[in-house]
Amino acid sequence: MSYLVHNLKTVPTGFRKVLYLNWALILLILAVVGIGLMMLYSVAGGHFDPWASAQAKRFAVGFVVMLGVAFVPIYFWRNIAGLAYVVSLLLLVAVELVGSVNMGAQRWINLGFIQLQPSELMKVTLVMALAAYYDWLDTGRLSRPAWVAVPLLLIAVPMALVLKQPDLGTALLLGLGGTAVMFLAGVSWIYFAVAIVSGGGLVTAVFLSRGTGWQLLKDYQYRRIDTFLDPSSDPLGAGYHITQSKIALGSGGWGGRGFMQGTQSRLNFLPEKQTDFIFTTLAEEMGFIGGISLLSLYGLIILFCFASAIANKDRFGSLLTFGLATTFFLFFAVNMSMVMGLAPVVGVPLPLVSYGGTAMLVLLMAFGLIQSAHIHRPR
Amino acid sequence: MSLRNRDGGEGGAGKITRRGLILTAAQLGFMGLLAARLRYLQVTEAEEFRLLAEENRINIRLLPPARGLIFDRDGRPIAENQQNYRIVVVRENAGDVAAILDRLSRLIPLGPEDHAAALKELKRRSAFVPVTVAEHLTWEQVASVSANAPALPGVSAEVGLSRHYPRDRDFAHIVGYVGRVTENDLNREDDQDPLLQIPKFQIGKTGVELKAERLLRGFAGTRRIEVNALGRVMREIDRKEGKSGTDLHLTVDSALQNYLMARMDGQSASAVVMDVKEGDLLAIGSTPSFDPNKFVTGISVADYKALNDDPFIPLSSKSVLGTYPPGSTFKMMVALAALEDGVIAPDETVTCRGYHELGNQRFHCWKRGGHGRVNLKDSLKQSCDVYYYEVAQRVGIEKISAMAARFGLGERHDLPLNGIASGLLPTKEWKERVIGEPWRIGDSLNAGIGQGFVLASPLQLATMAARIASGRAVVPKLLRAVDGVQTIVAEAAPLGIASSSLAAVREGMFAVSNETGGTAYSTRIAEKSMRLAGKTGTSQVRRITESERRQGIVRNEDLPWERRDHALFVCYAPVDNPRYAVSVVIEHGGGGSAFAAPVARDIMLEALYAGPPPPEAYPASQRTRISNERKKLNLRSEGA
Repeated sequence: MSYLVHNLKTVPTGFRKVLYLNWALILLILAVVGIGLMMLYSVAGGHFDPWASAQAKRFAVGFVVMLGVAFVPIYFWRNIAGLAYVVSLLLLVAVELVGSVNMGAQRWINLGFIQLQPSELMKVTLVMALAAYYDWLDTGRLSRPAWVAVPLLLIAVPMALVLKQPDLGTALLLGLGGTAVMFLAGVSWIYFAVAIVSGGGLVTAVFLSRGTGWQLLKDYQYRRIDTFLDPSSDPLGAGYHITQSKIALGSGGWGGRGFMQGTQSRLNFLPEKQTDFIFTTLAEEMGFIGGISLLSLYGLIILFCFASAIANKDRFGSLLTFGLATTFFLFFAVNMSMVMGLAPVVGVPLPLVSYGGTAMLVLLMAFGLIQSAHIHRPR
Repeated sequence: MSLRNRDGGEGGAGKITRRGLILTAAQLGFMGLLAARLRYLQVTEAEEFRLLAEENRINIRLLPPARGLIFDRDGRPIAENQQNYRIVVVRENAGDVAAILDRLSRLIPLGPEDHAAALKELKRRSAFVPVTVAEHLTWEQVASVSANAPALPGVSAEVGLSRHYPRDRDFAHIVGYVGRVTENDLNREDDQDPLLQIPKFQIGKTGVELKAERLLRGFAGTRRIEVNALGRVMREIDRKEGKSGTDLHLTVDSALQNYLMARMDGQSASAVVMDVKEGDLLAIGSTPSFDPNKFVTGISVADYKALNDDPFIPLSSKSVLGTYPPGSTFKMMVALAALEDGVIAPDETVTCRGYHELGNQRFHCWKRGGHGRVNLKDSLKQSCDVYYYEVAQRVGIEKISAMAARFGLGERHDLPLNGIASGLLPTKEWKERVIGEPWRIGDSLNAGIGQGFVLASPLQLATMAARIASGRAVVPKLLRAVDGVQTIVAEAAPLGIASSSLAAVREGMFAVSNETGGTAYSTRIAEKSMRLAGKTGTSQVRRITESERRQGIVRNEDLPWERRDHALFVCYAPVDNPRYAVSVVIEHGGGGSAFAAPVARDIMLEALYAGPPPPEAYPASQRTRISNERKKLNLRSEGA
């Protein structure tokens, strides 16, 4: 019995698919997006403009896209995974050529109607491509060096392009997300052990190369690391972000100052309050309770994805779900670490909450894929 | 897709499950770490961060308190706070700042320099900060700016307080003046009041304004405002009004002071009027003077140079800072020392042949022919020098200086004024220590007639006269009331000098002004109940005077003024029941009887009558002249 025949018998079709959606996941997403819209409303000083209303529209579009993606059979996505990856890669190259420089980083392609950020798209398509690769690859050859080299290349090329933009945060997410899929697919532990050791070596090299002719990172990236390690060294300069972010967070206390009562974000002490640092506004206004609630919602999303992936006997679907969930996790883990002073300031938005079109759209596409895997899983 | 793949998938799925568990567990573990971090920041460290947040957000602005007012003894204002209208410009509202300033300069005095300075300041400050472009404007000027408001966006008028001295020059030396805070003021360790940081804040620079600064200044109010990251004021959170400075009432009588200043106008002179019982200083002045208001608004270089170059030293408060050889006014001290020591009796006579011989040295009396036989009363009345050479030689410098000290000479009296001179009462030890030479008897003889090393200020001379009159150790006093509460001074203790000795000296002083032949008989008071007792003094300009010191001149025969003697007079009145003591010193004025005594009498009468004295107070022959002279005085007309 072919896979398709098998699936056709057991997989829901037509409008029945709606019933088989992972509704818990959808409700969790709605809750998180709701919190995000509230915070955008608050940081605008109690106005829907300029952020909350635009974000709501994007979410509406994204939600429809998510459902559309969800209703397309999972094998279709597996079949176009390679193509999607190649297209994303080409777009990344295009950014190099025609991308507009913005905020010191070359990340966008202006398509006229939307500012396209191919690196965001790549976060999803890389996981798709790797999942498809390991779905196709014979398990016996998983850990053979030649077959490990292929996914490493798949990860390294977009990473290098993104680093060149330069966008350290996205490169980090791509690398860790891709590695996670390799790990899940069952690549031998030895490779990861080697990777960790050599990673440690790389960090050492990064620091040692500083100031020399073969310096590995840009000066601003070094400065970010410096101020991360000691924010007080430059409280009004490069350390300003972290210091102000911690002040806003900390001043929230248990219960927060109350909705729309956050002083630090409203008075513009916080940089990029509507994007990367929106969590500080939430934590200031809603306190520890608000912050832990959002974290719990994220945790539940991870758990529901885990449950869905475990239950999925389709290798592609399972890997994809795990991989995308891990990418999602990396989003908020890096962002929160950053605003809480646990990681250097790298430009990673808080998923589904931060203001930003491409990230919202791509994340909802990713959840569409997870839903598709969920709906079309073998039964 | 092949079936082989599917089969392999079964085994792979198991692996996915295991590794997925590990990965998810790791993720949840990291989330636990994030939660712990969040808890640390928001719960454990919440207090500290909340404080930091408040510091971020809240700026404290100081509200300058109104400076305490200074009144005279009758409540007439001497130093007050005037509304100071100023024009401020806010760059972000003004648009084209240069054009706005051009338009402003047509309405208010705004020179090219002010224009440039304002433009620079406006460019330097943040766009929303109001910058003062002109101040000390009249109400009319402010009104014209307000009327043209539509053409002057970003321009507004503000009103603040600035010090004003309505009595002009009269109290310049006593009340002093205020000025901007200087770098020096900021570096003073004993005064770290944050108010000093306020731009254009005024603090006392001299006189009572300086010495009573802490009382007058008051305490700052605070205004807590919420600011954003750029420092722009979003709203006022609360406001705590400060405490205005304390009002002070001085002992001075501003009408009398005005008369005193006018009477001495044109001369380098100083005079002090003191209440003999309370020590209240009713008037204490030094001419020429200056307008302290010029210093408040910032005196021009030319004006300051003129004041500084004036040989009469208008900036110096000669009544407390100037020290002069007291001349014959010191003779009462010598007489009292001798009487108390028993080396001479009031009736004992000394023969004056016009000089006193000491070894082969001759000490001359001012009267070449000599006074003949003089007793104590005659010696004062005629100011015989030989009598005092003899007496001084008998009693010695130590006892003279000790006696003078009991009368407040050589003492830095504690008044809220700066630069109070202590004068000098020499002793043997002093001369050896400071000059490095042994004391000679000749030095005692010179001291006997108030020359030589002895130095006294007009304030000390007035105190001496008051103590002679009252027999008590009255202390000069300038502060009458602080914040409406009278400063209470216990009645001065008796000097402990035999009343017979005091009576003898008083009798001599009475004779000076009221008996024919007295050195100040011509400047007597005719009205019996007001008669004064005094003593003339003419001190040779042997030492460099205050004014000479400032000029650094060499004696020049072409400048006779510098060579002339200082004219002094001390007195108290009425003789039967003394109320006031007066001292007058006219630098290089000439003889005390001819020049200082008339001034002292006029001031004394003005004080006794609390205004213009009736013509009957003067000897009949002088009435017309004096009333004519009075009309020429540049007196302030007292309203209300």
